[in-house]
Amino acid sequence: MSLKRKDLTGIASLSPDEIMLILETADSFKEVTGREIKKVPALRGKTVVNFFFEPSTRTRTSFELAAKRLSADVINFSPSSSSIVKGESLLDTARNIEAMQADIIVLRHPSAGAAETLARGVKSSVINAGDGWHEHPTQALLDLFTLREKKLEFKGLRVAIVGDLAHSRVARSNIYALTKLGAEVRAVGPPTMIPACLEQLGVRVYYDMDEALHGVDVIMMLRLQLERQGRALFPTIREYSRLYGLTADRLRLAEPGALVMHPGPVNRGVEIAPEVADSFSSVILDQVANGVAVRMGVLYLLSGAN
Amino acid sequence: MAILIQGGRVIDPGRVNGPADVLIENGKIVAVGHNLAMPSRGQGASLHTIDATGQLVLPGFVDLHVHLREPGFEYKETIQTGTASAVAGGFTSVCCMPNTNPVNDNQAITEFILDQARAAGNAHVFPVGAVTKGSEGKELAEIGDLRRAGCVAISDDGRPVMNSLVMRRAMEYALAFDLPVIDHCEDLHLSEGGCMNEGLVSTQLGLQGIPAAAEDVMVARNLALAELTGARLHLAHVSTAGSVRMVREAKARGIRVTAEACPHHFSLTEEAVRDFNTLAKMNPPLRTWQDIQAIKEGLRDGTIDVIATDHAPHAPQDKQREFAEAPFGIVGLETALPLTLALVEEGVLSLEAAVAKLTTAPAQAFSLPKGTLAPGADADVVVVDAQRQWEVDPSRFRSKSTNTPFAGWKVKGLATTTIVAGKVVYEFA
Repeated sequence: MSLKRKDLTGIASLSPDEIMLILETADSFKEVTGREIKKVPALRGKTVVNFFFEPSTRTRTSFELAAKRLSADVINFSPSSSSIVKGESLLDTARNIEAMQADIIVLRHPSAGAAETLARGVKSSVINAGDGWHEHPTQALLDLFTLREKKLEFKGLRVAIVGDLAHSRVARSNIYALTKLGAEVRAVGPPTMIPACLEQLGVRVYYDMDEALHGVDVIMMLRLQLERQGRALFPTIREYSRLYGLTADRLRLAEPGALVMHPGPVNRGVEIAPEVADSFSSVILDQVANGVAVRMGVLYLLSGAN
Repeated sequence: MAILIQGGRVIDPGRVNGPADVLIENGKIVAVGHNLAMPSRGQGASLHTIDATGQLVLPGFVDLHVHLREPGFEYKETIQTGTASAVAGGFTSVCCMPNTNPVNDNQAITEFILDQARAAGNAHVFPVGAVTKGSEGKELAEIGDLRRAGCVAISDDGRPVMNSLVMRRAMEYALAFDLPVIDHCEDLHLSEGGCMNEGLVSTQLGLQGIPAAAEDVMVARNLALAELTGARLHLAHVSTAGSVRMVREAKARGIRVTAEACPHHFSLTEEAVRDFNTLAKMNPPLRTWQDIQAIKEGLRDGTIDVIATDHAPHAPQDKQREFAEAPFGIVGLETALPLTLALVEEGVLSLEAAVAKLTTAPAQAFSLPKGTLAPGADADVVVVDAQRQWEVDPSRFRSKSTNTPFAGWKVKGLATTTIVAGKVVYEFA
């Protein structure tokens, strides 16, 4: 079976079967990452360009490692400082990269829709590594992979996503992914951080975190963009943390053994208490590890190498 | 020079609606009636007959809201190309917004625009002057000078006057010249960073929304100020159900307000943005089905007086950008007629009412001596084949820009001949 699409720009357009195919493909690459020699020749001779318009260490590194473990040639290209200043358009820059025979472009961009715009304009495959507040599909896929690895069934799984959902691409991609696979998603945050009509995406909205956490199997904490204080979204970090921070006490409201996830980087003591981040419940480092395997799977499926 | 338009159905809203001929001489309408004959002339006189059998003969359309981009943005549109686009769409008079570079906030710019329009020789151009210097929302522009130079209204358009005191003073001051004050109603704090309607689609796409309240808040403010000052208020491109409701109530109470709606705001919803299509990005944004219904009801019951295009040309390199970065606006002059006639087909408006929204009503809103076929009036006439089906092909636009979300639409109704001041300036070939 293969992924019959040129690009991965979001979860919204994926079918449940496609999602499961990516996860199953990632399974076999997870095995590779555990070997002594963590490399397979699947993408030998292919070129992958990491095209990052926003600073990102972990996502870029994860894609780079994934591509290298598949034996692809990797170029890291961060035009934020050069081309944008010169006024070169996203498409022009991308066509230049394409002219250098890039097979796959991995794009991180501050504008929602940038990956779709790019995908329409170039022949190379495009993987969205985060576009504005729109989507971050590989993050959602690695989150699913991690849940599956912990032997959780998606159907009926109760997941709380807590924080600034309005400005979160991770939240959107996870809402699309989890609802497609039959999970029950609870969106938790202050009303200023819940985007319009969110219930219509098939989630329940809670403003009270304690109420929301009752009986959940998974708690996904979102990173609070600290610079949003002063934009009238929340009064102070102190109050935000008191109302929506995940503490050990709050964790006890969830199902016993509930998992705690976070896309990183963590603001310790703000959205998540240090003892929770480091507890047995936390799978934050599993998420990072699985990111490489999942991205190998996505690169492999889109490269047409199978 | 004489032109006789024979065999058509004449609609001059409120005056004539039926089969009639129209005789034009020396740039003026001479007569509208049955079996008119071409006046006899000596050798060499220019006589021209137009067969309008099966077609409509209407006053040339009046557009209260266009952006001709000159001076400053000639790569998007010039007064020449913009007015060529106008006459191709049946518009013989256009009111151009002051957000040029430099801003039309003084007599010299107004005169420049009028000179360029005369040189172009297409549609009549009526400049709209700025409310404040540089449209910065601080100090009043020399509104008396603008009026004297030929401005027919004042507006800060896309940079609406946020300071309510400045708006109050502008309305009061404009009273001295009986000038309409136009407002693009948008609370810039509520809309900051927004690039489409706030709702389900903006949430799905992760784009910052512009809530309907950003418009409604300013409509409410402006109506209150119009009531306070007694000024003539004109509301540009009404896009929300809330605006329609408030204008209806204000009119019932006798406040002097007129309102316009744009074809895109009654033809498309926010769904058009779904694939991050920057050609569906405009301000105010495309809203919801409920808003469209309210606008149609407002057009039907007279709450919304005028259909205007907000013709806003942008070059491909402007629009081919990330959605949030692309500029707002679409061209509209060459698609307004069929989109308006679709309201007739749908039963929202009678044909005569639809014609009035494009002719008599806009002329009246800005006190322009236009939009009528009364004998003695300037001979601005459009002949329309209302049954003619065609497909919107932007590459055929007369406008310099092609930024339309209607490409490929199968539409009905076409201007076949446009006459300005007794001269044929456009014929559909």
